[in-house]
Amino acid sequence: MGQATCSASFLKKHKMKPLKKISQIALIASSLLLIIAFFVPIWRIDLWAPQYPEGLSMSIWLSKLSGQVDIINGLNHYIGMSHIKEEMFPEFKILPYAVAVIIALGVLTGLSKNRKMLIGFLTILILSGVVAMYDFWSWGYEYGHNLDDSAAIKVPGMAYQPPLIGYKELLNFGAYSIPDIGGWLFVLLGIVAISTLIFEIKTNK
Amino acid sequence: MKMKYLNIAASALAIIGMNACKPSADKTSSSSFLAGDAAEKVYVKPGTHDEFYNIVSGGFNGQLSVVGLPSGRTLRIIPVFSQFAESGWGYSEETKPMLNTSHGFVPWDDSHHVALSTTKSEHDGRWAFINGNNTPRIARVSLSTFRTEEIIEIPNSGGNHSSPFITANTEYAVAGTRFSVPPDNNADVPISSFKQNFKGYISFVSIDKTTGRMGIKFQLKTPGVSFDLARAGKGKSADWFFFSTYNTEQANTLLEVNASQKDKDFILAVNWKKAEEYLAKGKGKKEAAKYAHNVYSDETHSATSTILNEVMTLDPKECPDMLYFMPCPKSPHGCDVDPTGQYIVGSGKLAAVIPVFSFDKMIKAIANKNYDGNFDGIPVLKYDAVLHGEVKKPGLGPLHTEFDGQGNAITSFFVSSELVKWNIAKLEVIDRVPTFYSVGHLSIPGGPTAKPYGKYVVAYNKITKDRYLPTGPELAQSAQLYDISGEKMKLLLDFPTVGEPHYAESIPANMIEKNTKKIFKLEENKHPYVAKGEKETKVVRKGNEVHVYMTAIRSHFSPDNIEGIKLGDVVYFHLTNLEQDWDVPHGFAIRGALNAEILVMPGETSTLKWTPTKVGVTPMYCTDFCSALHQEMQGYIRVSPAGSKVPLSWGTGKNPVAEAEKKVAKR
Repeated sequence: MGQATCSASFLKKHKMKPLKKISQIALIASSLLLIIAFFVPIWRIDLWAPQYPEGLSMSIWLSKLSGQVDIINGLNHYIGMSHIKEEMFPEFKILPYAVAVIIALGVLTGLSKNRKMLIGFLTILILSGVVAMYDFWSWGYEYGHNLDDSAAIKVPGMAYQPPLIGYKELLNFGAYSIPDIGGWLFVLLGIVAISTLIFEIKTNK
Repeated sequence: MKMKYLNIAASALAIIGMNACKPSADKTSSSSFLAGDAAEKVYVKPGTHDEFYNIVSGGFNGQLSVVGLPSGRTLRIIPVFSQFAESGWGYSEETKPMLNTSHGFVPWDDSHHVALSTTKSEHDGRWAFINGNNTPRIARVSLSTFRTEEIIEIPNSGGNHSSPFITANTEYAVAGTRFSVPPDNNADVPISSFKQNFKGYISFVSIDKTTGRMGIKFQLKTPGVSFDLARAGKGKSADWFFFSTYNTEQANTLLEVNASQKDKDFILAVNWKKAEEYLAKGKGKKEAAKYAHNVYSDETHSATSTILNEVMTLDPKECPDMLYFMPCPKSPHGCDVDPTGQYIVGSGKLAAVIPVFSFDKMIKAIANKNYDGNFDGIPVLKYDAVLHGEVKKPGLGPLHTEFDGQGNAITSFFVSSELVKWNIAKLEVIDRVPTFYSVGHLSIPGGPTAKPYGKYVVAYNKITKDRYLPTGPELAQSAQLYDISGEKMKLLLDFPTVGEPHYAESIPANMIEKNTKKIFKLEENKHPYVAKGEKETKVVRKGNEVHVYMTAIRSHFSPDNIEGIKLGDVVYFHLTNLEQDWDVPHGFAIRGALNAEILVMPGETSTLKWTPTKVGVTPMYCTDFCSALHQEMQGYIRVSPAGSKVPLSWGTGKNPVAEAEKKVAKR
């Protein structure tokens, strides 16, 4: 963000040139690549415990969940956690549209050849990333802290919030939370957008 | 049955005893037949898997054992012909029909021979077949669920011993009767009329290529002899089946003496393709016969038993060129075909040689009508015309032969208690190694197929004596594992077995392991009394029958409190295991049940019938340690006197699963 505003003020002082062909192609291609995110998971949570040497895994898609959700729910009832169900994610109704808009904006930016538009697109992209991660964190907080008082196993002071990203130990389970293919495509688009902007600024001094 | 051998063995020992001081064998490490690196060769590191599945008959326990090789660890017992209280097999309402026969419910059998399904005479890892010897039956066991899926009874048979050996592509499993019998539909005849009225029936049981479904395609009404063992041809001999016979003397009493008179009995060669042709030409004759066909379904988790009333028969007298006898010395037991399909090894259990027959010579002898008369109308081929050669002085009491795929055969010798390796083409003995004691069957991985894996041979011994810690008059049965990868056979391991193993087969683990069924999908459960969730649980009264639609999930039953049961009621607990995760079975037991417990796998429904005998509150609980709260998985059934006015009611308290479900809505 800081870099984006800085670049914007920098641009005011200079005459802006249209985006180069290579930048256009990179932007449009990486935006279109995001279409894949409709068909693959965007995030995954992997669990491991002594009794589950093969591991348990849950995948989050743009509009659904998959993986061993029922088994995870079955295990979590001992500690009074809610069941994970698709109904608890109103995000699933919004996410596909949000991603479609991002793809459209990315393609439009590429077509427009306009650097201002690129700066705007990058800003939106970063903002939506931040919002999405905050939303995910707040779900995890609620899921990990809202425990049934009559749970069979109660560990004083213990909450079971899954890690936002990375690894965390929760009782006998080790939990990993990492982007899946769809998530990595987002990261890729972000990197491409930033690199394109830097490239444009550097080559058009 | 084995008294004869014991006597021979005893007298042999007596002679040694007279000529020398008391013989003492060193049974342990210093013995030359024990591999120096034996421990290393059989050690399967904790957490790693065995190399082979060894599917072993249980003999008088009527079941199948699954053993890992080379460790010799017993992994599981698959209930087949005998009730198995541990899992409820033959006790649960769903599995009772599997043990139905034309005689009614038969809760036990004697299972002898394993046949693993093959394609082109090579293992394909789909099914295991096993015979029921006493009340003639063949069972098919799935190698993905490791459960018995089908049992078919064999009519016109007494002692289904020569069974269930299979053809190259598992087209048929055979069932040769050990006792010749008069036909079931006209069986009230004098025993002494054996020669006139008794027939040696051989059944060909067809196996559906995709479902494995069995059906008796036809029965051959062969002359009254005893069929002992059998093997199908392979490759060029694949259209043929070979059966060893004894009691060609046709004695009906004191067989020990009367069936051992002749110098030679026979190996019967059956051209089963020819039999199919005759059948297609309409030569078959339907005869009345009553037999049960029992099928278990993984969808309904239930078995059905159908009684069939007729069977197709073929009379060899009307079907020339279908059967031929090959003379074989002294009551042949094993009758084994080498991997190429060229050699047929007969093991005359009272003979001093091992005759090896040549398939090519047999075909030539048939073409040239090189006969030595006939037996009850069936041509007897000349011994010398069909013989490849004899292995001289191999040992005493040859029983069975398996093949290593390197051109060698290994034969078990009951009386001289040893395994003998010999070269098939040269008929020369290469090596011999003692067994402890009195080996019966032997098994090489892939040994009966066109593609033996070699590496090991397992000896299944009939006598154990001092090999293990003694356990009173009844001892463990003993198997021994030998390394056959080198020139010399080396003993690697003794391991005790369950039941009394007869034949066994081994198959590489990687052919089976990946297909293992982990759970039954709840949404595919078509049991008529399934409850697919706690919301579907209920108790329904139909007269004095009470049906409980019950579920189990870690860690409670639903319902776990039932009232309104009355003395005189018959209660059916239809328990559905709601778990959908591997290795989370739940068990169900209730005090005073006159049958057994049930073990219910994830996604499965199983029913225990309970007839209350006392007024009062009866506890019930989960028997399979399912979770940290397993001990809490219990409940009560109230039984009131007959005619009581207590209304039928049931329920489960506020429970964590239901609560967690509700919490979803909150967010």
